[in-house]
Amino acid sequence: MYTFILRRLLSTIPVLLVVAVLVFLILRLTPGDPAAILAGDAASTEQIAQIRSSLGLDRSIPVQFGIWAGNLLQGEFGRSYFYKMEVTLLIAQRIEPTLALAALTILIAVAVSIPLGVIAAWRFGGWFDRALMGFSVLGFSVPVFVLAYILIWIMSLKLGWFPVQGYKRLADGFWPFLHHLILPAITLSVIYIALIARVTRASVLEALGEDYIRTARAKGLPEARVLMRHALANAAVPIATVIGIGIALLIGGVVVTESVYAIPGLGRLTVDAVLARDFPTVQAVILLFSFAYVLINLVVDMSYVVFDPRIRY
Amino acid sequence: MNRKFAAAVLLAAVAAGATVQASAQEKVLRVVPHSNLSILDPIWTTQYMARNHGYMIYDTLFGTDEKSRVQPQMVDKWTVSPDNRLWTFTLREGLEFHDGKPVTGEDVVASIARWGKRDAMGQKLMTFVDRMDSPSPNTFRIFLREACGFVLEALGKPSSNVPFIMPKRIADTDAFKQIEEYIGSGPYIFKRDEFKPGDKAVYVKNTRYKPRTEKPSGTAGGKFVYVDRVEWNLALRDGQAQVNALAKGEIDVLERPAFDSYEQLKKADGVVLVTKDPLGFQYMARFNQLHPPFNNPKVRQAALAAMQQEPFLRAQVGIKEFYKTCPSMFTCGTPYGSAKGSDIQSKSNMKKAQELLKASGYDGTPVVILKPTDLAAIQKLPDVAAQLLRQAGFKVDLQAMDWNTVVSRRAKKEPPAQGGWNIFLTAWVAPDIWNPLTNAAVGADGEKSWFGWPKDEAIEKLRDQFARETSEAKKKALAEAIQVRAFEIGTHAPLGEYVNPLATRKNISGWVIGPGDIYWNVKKN
Amino acid sequence: MDTQALSVESANIARRESAWQRLQRHWSVRIGSAVLALLVLAALCAPWLGTVDPTLFDAASRDLRPGQSGEITTLDGELIKHQFLMGSDSFGRDIYSRVIYGTRVSLLVGIATAVLALAFGIVFGLSAGYLRWLDGPLMRVMDGLMAIPAILLAITLVAMWRASLITVVVAIAITEVPRVTRLVRSLVLSIREEPYVEAAVSLGTPTWRIMFGHILPNCIAPLIVQGTYICASAILVEAILSFLGVGLPPDIPTWGNIMSEGRVQFMAYPHNLFFPGVFLAVTVLAVNILGDGLRDTLDPKMARRL
Repeated sequence: MYTFILRRLLSTIPVLLVVAVLVFLILRLTPGDPAAILAGDAASTEQIAQIRSSLGLDRSIPVQFGIWAGNLLQGEFGRSYFYKMEVTLLIAQRIEPTLALAALTILIAVAVSIPLGVIAAWRFGGWFDRALMGFSVLGFSVPVFVLAYILIWIMSLKLGWFPVQGYKRLADGFWPFLHHLILPAITLSVIYIALIARVTRASVLEALGEDYIRTARAKGLPEARVLMRHALANAAVPIATVIGIGIALLIGGVVVTESVYAIPGLGRLTVDAVLARDFPTVQAVILLFSFAYVLINLVVDMSYVVFDPRIRY
Repeated sequence: MNRKFAAAVLLAAVAAGATVQASAQEKVLRVVPHSNLSILDPIWTTQYMARNHGYMIYDTLFGTDEKSRVQPQMVDKWTVSPDNRLWTFTLREGLEFHDGKPVTGEDVVASIARWGKRDAMGQKLMTFVDRMDSPSPNTFRIFLREACGFVLEALGKPSSNVPFIMPKRIADTDAFKQIEEYIGSGPYIFKRDEFKPGDKAVYVKNTRYKPRTEKPSGTAGGKFVYVDRVEWNLALRDGQAQVNALAKGEIDVLERPAFDSYEQLKKADGVVLVTKDPLGFQYMARFNQLHPPFNNPKVRQAALAAMQQEPFLRAQVGIKEFYKTCPSMFTCGTPYGSAKGSDIQSKSNMKKAQELLKASGYDGTPVVILKPTDLAAIQKLPDVAAQLLRQAGFKVDLQAMDWNTVVSRRAKKEPPAQGGWNIFLTAWVAPDIWNPLTNAAVGADGEKSWFGWPKDEAIEKLRDQFARETSEAKKKALAEAIQVRAFEIGTHAPLGEYVNPLATRKNISGWVIGPGDIYWNVKKN
Repeated sequence: MDTQALSVESANIARRESAWQRLQRHWSVRIGSAVLALLVLAALCAPWLGTVDPTLFDAASRDLRPGQSGEITTLDGELIKHQFLMGSDSFGRDIYSRVIYGTRVSLLVGIATAVLALAFGIVFGLSAGYLRWLDGPLMRVMDGLMAIPAILLAITLVAMWRASLITVVVAIAITEVPRVTRLVRSLVLSIREEPYVEAAVSLGTPTWRIMFGHILPNCIAPLIVQGTYICASAILVEAILSFLGVGLPPDIPTWGNIMSEGRVQFMAYPHNLFFPGVFLAVTVLAVNILGDGLRDTLDPKMARRL
């Protein structure tokens, strides 16, 4: 089991290397000059050239990559071109909002979608089932920002239940933190509820068709027990898979939500950094996200052991 | 045990309540500025955000009031030698930096020197300056090689780059490197530990600041502070979210609402619009004179004739009370704003433009117009330009990109097909264009000039004369001559003036009339 | 976001087959394809559906409510009266025209992305599945590509290059290629073991013949299903890119663009968001329903193999 984990962790290295090279190349081989942006409106060509060399952008690409990779191995992610800060510090400031939003979104999504999926499978073919299937396809057909504006209009402006925008740090109080995060999390969770509910329904449905369910019912067990202990537990593997993939996708999905709700997180940081040609920040954040993705996949694979004792690594 | 527990909970609740109360007594002004704050060195860049940050924490030697007159700020009194070549200044009593050290002439000299290496007007001033020194801690002197007509205007310049005064050790930083410490002598102190890029910037009241006694006006007068903290919300960039937040009272001030928001803002409860800057901004379209078709002056004239101001203003601003056409390259309503020479644009129509284009020998080269997609204030101008030029008979290639890409592309001297450009559009605040020295667009020194690189000796001679002239009447005449020549050679097309009123909550008052985004004197009731 | 792909990758078919389910399969495919056919028709007939040039604007006709009339100046300078069925935006452009012409672009983005992603995915997948020596390095690259969040990759690619139709299509397609590659590769790996393939090999059939004659035909069905999901995803991603300011230039009308430009006025003039939003949702819904129906209609065993 531990060798499996070790082997998996080792195999992430070539993947991350590929990511690093890809991102590095994309940024440098395309038009867009950070020096000109930094120099500002009234700068002359000499001033721009000066800035280019001070940023090391006038060296050849393999040399630049070598320098960056070398620094990386020493744990140095470099300095943002724009914010005059260590990239690690910048990321540290922005990670809390993104993590909080993602965590709350997953929590809401899982808490809502699994019961919905189970009930739909249980009452297969009924109105609930069809309503859920209909809603779920709608759920991932509407872009997040449209949903966001509608929810803000209803819940924040008309009903006044939630603030329109903003993020309050956990350190400033639990209730303000939660209060500001609920609406963004609901907005973002809709798409995941749709997805997870569908998969839950399908795999519970499949499990319900198994013989052991008939046996359990014949034994006279209460229906709830049948559903939870037998059907759901056996359906857990694909559900865990989709939750895992969902978490990984969440990283990207958070970008729009952060923009609409003015949450100062990593998603927004990356978009701003890309637009500002802030290479060190873009490289660092994408590497971080990729690493998180790989890690999450590993955790999900690990979780199979818990759900299905037949799986052994 | 239960009682003790209850008592502890009660005590904690009271304490929490008390802290909440205490911080509630503090007056915090929550502002959404027009853009993100990334560069904190207002000498290194001309970006308005850096300039506004500078207004908060630095002070200046002179200021410009709402009537465009230069007034002393940090300076108490000054004398000029009869031949105009020796200027001696005495600083006010008791000026201090935020670290407690007094402001001395040495700090001033170092700050002016650094500013003079970057700012266009400052560079011009430095060509007149022989040397500067500080004979005693609260005085400094400027020795000129010859008489210069704009010393005070330069030192009191309200917009980018503003000659902010910094401690000598910081001002000694190379002018092409950004400073790393942010200590000034201004009315607010920058809370560096609370600064989160892309999230918020925090300024607290400088309780030791000694404002002048006059009423505040423009960047002159007393910089009184009536709030304890100012927070710049850098995370709220979505236009709709900004409007909603202001309507719900989650923020106090929206610095530059998008023009499309005004209708909602006017209807919102508890929101007022404030025009604190009646001189406003001016739009302009800039031609690239290095490459066809705009390397041909006749083609530039045709384009000028086609680009009438009214369609641009109507499309971009839309609200009649907020805009006016202005047939001058210098701000209308200021000393040098005259209409001389502008007929080619202001008295033309589309037919004339079509005729001029035919006569110019235009060969159908497509005109590449750079269009920024993420700057609400100028987003619609390129579309109007494209439509008008097409109607005149030009072939137009409207290329959209984010503003940062526009900034890097307009610096390129390559032909449009290889990553260059033919036209870009932008907006300037009034002080940046109101005289021939600050107005970068009328400079025609070829490749050394502002993007577009016009070359014309006649204009440069006139600008030089203007710099040396001390008589106001002669300066006016020279400015007119410069404008006439600029329209003749088609340096750029002025596209009219507009104001962009602030949107604030009803309980905010005390706005200082004048250009620039100024947060002293603001009261929150 | 390629959430739809997950439906293909998860075990999902129930063994019980009620009459209702059979009907639904049929029903999904019919409804989905009917709606799409309607949209394609609208896209093709755009100039004849009472539209004007979608880029024309006139400041005098700004912000008109749906149904109001106004004026538009054409490029030749003539003034025409026009009824703005879906209202006008803050430029004064006709939203109805923009939405109808936008159908062209959105459908084009969807289909082109799907075709491109499938094409490259097939090539890479076949190569990886069949050529052992290529398998390792190619899949590492694909894993790396998949590890980068799709939206961020798309934003980076489009922001770095000039915003145009090709850039957007290529950028979104690149993010979808890894999944298709994996799909094809796993299909190839499993089909390779089939007796008839082994027989063909022992008969000396050239590799390319095996690939295109035996393997590829068995991939077509799941690939079509995957293609519909990519199409839906691409249309949504284009809208998100436009929202973030890195999508197609605004003078090419897309539903995402119209919504992005109109969002500042959402509260005052919701028609800017409502009409393109409805069209977008309906299109993506139709494509998704079509995909679901197709997937259910396929031989369930094929779906299981994924």
